[in-house]
Amino acid sequence: MTLTVAALLALTFLISVLGLFVFIWAQSKGLLAAGPHAAEVIFAPNEVGTIEDPSGSDTSRLALQSARDAALALPTSAAGNPRKIGPAELEERRRADLSSRAPAFAFICSAVLWLVLGSVFGLVTSLKFQAPDWLTGSALLTFGRLRPAHLNLVIYGWASMAGIGVALWMLPRLLKTALVGGHFAVVGASVWNLGVACGVTAIVLGWSDGMEWLEIPWQIGGLLVVGGALAAVPLLLTLRNRTVNHLYVSVWYLAAALLWFPILYVVAKAPYVHFGVEAAIMNWWFAHNVLGLWLTPLGLAAAYYFIAKVLGRPIYSYSLSLIGFWALAMFYSQVGIHHIIGSPIPTWLVTVSVVQSVMMIVPVFAVAINQHMTVLGHFAALKHSPTLRFVVLGAMLYTLVSLQGTLEALPYFNRVTHFTQYTIAHAHLGVYGFFSMVMFGSIYFLMPRVAEREWPYPRLIALHFWLVAIGLGVYFVSLTIGGLLQGLAMLDPARPFLDSLTVTLPYLTARSVGGTLMTLGHFIFAYHFLALVLKRGPQRVGAALIGAPQASGA
Amino acid sequence: MHRMLTIVIGALIMLAFATLVLVVAPYRELEPVAAPVGLNPYTLAELRGRATYVAMGCIYCHSQQPRANSLGPDGLRGWGRASVAGDYVYDYPHLLGTARTGPDLFNIGARQPSVDWHLAHLYQPRSVSPGSVMPSYPFLFKVEKVAQPGEKRVTLPPQYAPTGGEVVATRDAVDLVAYLLALNHTYPVTGDSQETPR
Repeated sequence: MTLTVAALLALTFLISVLGLFVFIWAQSKGLLAAGPHAAEVIFAPNEVGTIEDPSGSDTSRLALQSARDAALALPTSAAGNPRKIGPAELEERRRADLSSRAPAFAFICSAVLWLVLGSVFGLVTSLKFQAPDWLTGSALLTFGRLRPAHLNLVIYGWASMAGIGVALWMLPRLLKTALVGGHFAVVGASVWNLGVACGVTAIVLGWSDGMEWLEIPWQIGGLLVVGGALAAVPLLLTLRNRTVNHLYVSVWYLAAALLWFPILYVVAKAPYVHFGVEAAIMNWWFAHNVLGLWLTPLGLAAAYYFIAKVLGRPIYSYSLSLIGFWALAMFYSQVGIHHIIGSPIPTWLVTVSVVQSVMMIVPVFAVAINQHMTVLGHFAALKHSPTLRFVVLGAMLYTLVSLQGTLEALPYFNRVTHFTQYTIAHAHLGVYGFFSMVMFGSIYFLMPRVAEREWPYPRLIALHFWLVAIGLGVYFVSLTIGGLLQGLAMLDPARPFLDSLTVTLPYLTARSVGGTLMTLGHFIFAYHFLALVLKRGPQRVGAALIGAPQASGA
Repeated sequence: MHRMLTIVIGALIMLAFATLVLVVAPYRELEPVAAPVGLNPYTLAELRGRATYVAMGCIYCHSQQPRANSLGPDGLRGWGRASVAGDYVYDYPHLLGTARTGPDLFNIGARQPSVDWHLAHLYQPRSVSPGSVMPSYPFLFKVEKVAQPGEKRVTLPPQYAPTGGEVVATRDAVDLVAYLLALNHTYPVTGDSQETPR
């Protein structure tokens, strides 16, 4: 037995490392056709150096361009305004943006509504720690149903739909051709919505498959697979029409993610296959891969595009981004079992997951160096670009949450944090701090193009940012401290178990405060979103401009 | 198009490999694990109770996996020996849990065998466990003027009892308690089922 396990372990390791080297080699030989040129495919000829951010006002775009030029010590181009993109390219981009309007809107509008609902569920769940006898009159509102309803709403309703919507919007720009087959995605959005609505209703009514992240009954969950597959159709169709020589790294992430999710979900939901402890292992293989192979690639794809595009600056190192991609695929897919360290599962499994959790440092650093070096020297731009503010914060928190994840997987540390609120804080840093922040920024960028109108109240964007940033800060810090105290109390045999709960109570109250701020931010976001879409509020310049900012609002 | 193919094939290989290691290999390894001699299959009532446990989301606060002494004082708290894979062969879905806002329940039936305690605890946790933040489940109970013969009355401290009536357990509550009492894995594990597969 031991021999087989050791052999398997060695094999895993060998193949992982070997695979990495093969890709690095292939990449250095140019087999994957990457070079500085590939990083520039998202720009029009001569566009590098020109900022783009439809989320701002004309004034803020001018300021952004000046900040961009100042960072390079260039004479500011804003005053003379040499429009660097040719009219043909601008027209092409306009057409690309037009082609993705309907599917992007279908997914993003649904996502925003699920976000509001999901955060209300989350907040009520959190408040129940302060008032355990509140809303206990009906089974529909009991803690054990609201909590999974919250998770499923924000993961499958908000995060997944926002990710798909942003992906669909980026595709024509990444491939420089009109989106083909957008109506498949529109149908996909309705099917997906139906899946989320029925799934969450089932959970609230007490019909649940009972495994975390997999609560939606499999009879309903099939809708998510069909909806996801339909959303992937435009990707395949549009790829055939692409006019770019290189596939930008965002396309890699998007294609892989759209491929991975249905497979993960089908394997995990296969009814009457998984049993006992094996089901627990599969459970966490799945749950962690929803983060690692679904949300993370969607979020990184958006970050890679929007950071470069807003700043008008190709990403720092294209090669690094490819290493980051393949290392993520290799290592992230195997880390899930660190969620059940200490469970009655084969020891070698835990070892594999801990090893791969440590190996995650490779893709994380690849992404971190790449994204942060692209922004480096341009921090002044954050002041003028609402998009960048969200996306850069998200990218920073990605680095943080990933390194925290590696630390958490180490058995020495895991012993304290396992079973505690610390894990919840970590999950929110990932899904909210990283993923949702990137999505907020992306949506602020693309919605003016979708609605052909500027955001009516720029101040609300700032208010949204500060509410959710401070809210998340309060949430994360309080729950992290509370979780650590909880874990230490639990490990101390001299203290009664109840102590481990009592010490967390003030921090759980603080968490509710943070959650309230975040929820408030979401209401403002949703209100602003609806005002934009329903053409309410002041109209300043009409259709949102793309291309170089125009002085004097011409 | 071949570059796209690289991505697709590469992505599939990575996922297939992960699935092989984390899903298929454990499946093969755990499939032959049999139930220990002392473990009985659930009765119908216990299964109904287990379904209520799932539907009420007890798993979000309670684990069912006492750990080895090297990982924490679970044994010292009276939560039982470290569980083994064989203990879970009748479990569908698994309820190992990843949170301990409340205590581990793998041996709650042995630790707290009183039906009356459990019913009172479900009706109002703070009536028997001061300081708890567990939700109360009044909807698993009925309040009747006088309990009918054959119905299970719930004994409560006076300050938690409703005025003008008696609290009676519904079948859901009785079954749930039957399941909780069945959570008793104090039998010794010997031979093959004792060792966690390595």
